[in-house]
Amino acid sequence: MLDMSEEQVSEPCLKTELLLHDGSRRNVRSVDEEVPFPDGCLIFSRTDLNGVITDCNQSFVSMSGYDEKELIGQPHCVLRHPDMPAAAFQDLWDTISRGDKWNGYVKNLRKDGRHYWVYATVIPNKRNGKMVSFTSVRRKPSRKKIDEAIKLYEEL
Amino acid sequence: MNTRYTMSVSPDFPPKDIPGWYIFNTWLQKLLGVAIHLELYDSFHAQRTAIRNGEIDLIYANPYDATVLVREQGFQAVVAPVGVSDETLIAVNENSRCRTVEDLHGKLRIACTDDPEVNLIGNILLEPADLDNQQISKTMVDSYVLVAKSLIQGNSDVGFFLKAAYDSFSSIIHDQLRVLISSDIQIIKHALLVGPPLAGKHSLIAEGMLAMPDNEKGKSTLQGMGIQAWEAVSEEDTEFMIDLLDTLQT
Repeated sequence: MLDMSEEQVSEPCLKTELLLHDGSRRNVRSVDEEVPFPDGCLIFSRTDLNGVITDCNQSFVSMSGYDEKELIGQPHCVLRHPDMPAAAFQDLWDTISRGDKWNGYVKNLRKDGRHYWVYATVIPNKRNGKMVSFTSVRRKPSRKKIDEAIKLYEEL
Repeated sequence: MNTRYTMSVSPDFPPKDIPGWYIFNTWLQKLLGVAIHLELYDSFHAQRTAIRNGEIDLIYANPYDATVLVREQGFQAVVAPVGVSDETLIAVNENSRCRTVEDLHGKLRIACTDDPEVNLIGNILLEPADLDNQQISKTMVDSYVLVAKSLIQGNSDVGFFLKAAYDSFSSIIHDQLRVLISSDIQIIKHALLVGPPLAGKHSLIAEGMLAMPDNEKGKSTLQGMGIQAWEAVSEEDTEFMIDLLDTLQT
């Protein structure tokens, strides 16, 4: 899995080891700086059933800070920010694995260690009655909702 | 007795393109060797009633209606216009003090048409203002020109527009309005769909339409509809569009 190279993350940065839902661990670096969500855009991506990115749009690429070729084939948790509680992602996986739609506010980690907030919706894609992939669309959340999410995630 | 089929066009197309669609219908009848009647509707509601009654066999549909047509009526997408995506725009009166969506506070009067796709995206574009349903009142009018009129006359605070419709306004209208926000989604677009009675002619229609830019007659027919060329739409492309719209309906 990709790790951010040290020269791409500004100092001082916070180094964190993440425990991912599949039991693997990943070291990430983050800085306390938010990148605003671009007005009017929707961030789109599609993954296979294991959460590996198979398709995305230019807004997804731009906001992540990665190149598209770096993202395709990577697990979606490449964007996971250490401030996001594991419980939120557990809920996401439990929900979409049941075939249901999931919505939530997510703090995403960019390649350069900065972050951006989104309101995310993830749905399972079914073909001939069988679940084959997941589609996720992220849109701009209000500042009030972001503040509520920060407070909630601190308690989880 | 020869069968006569009916074609329709999503009511959000610019009125200046009406003659173009009639010419296209003539072109299509020659291609298929069948009689096709072009039925245009003033509103989405009227068109949807006709769809529900099984009165439409071929339609240039917006993505929102395409979802229903494919999932519930057995329609199949054939082609979509190249380089044309459906974008939504929210405008205010030129004298409005609001410069961004986040500037919208308190009660908000919205003028809109009954275009389901534009209203869906318009609502999403307003989300950063964090307004609840009690703060919003919507007035539905019959056309985008009337949305503009409502803003100019001060009867509404913001208006939802299909960007293509807004762009087609005269400078007199543009000078009295200001764009607050415009979507940049790029991947949502109209498509030409065939219903079950014409399903057997899917390949013939696709081949003919893809070849339109190759001859002068086809090229001028396309120009009349404001379309550069068509691109093929696969079943998976359609399913993807449906998935995408599904994610936005929350």
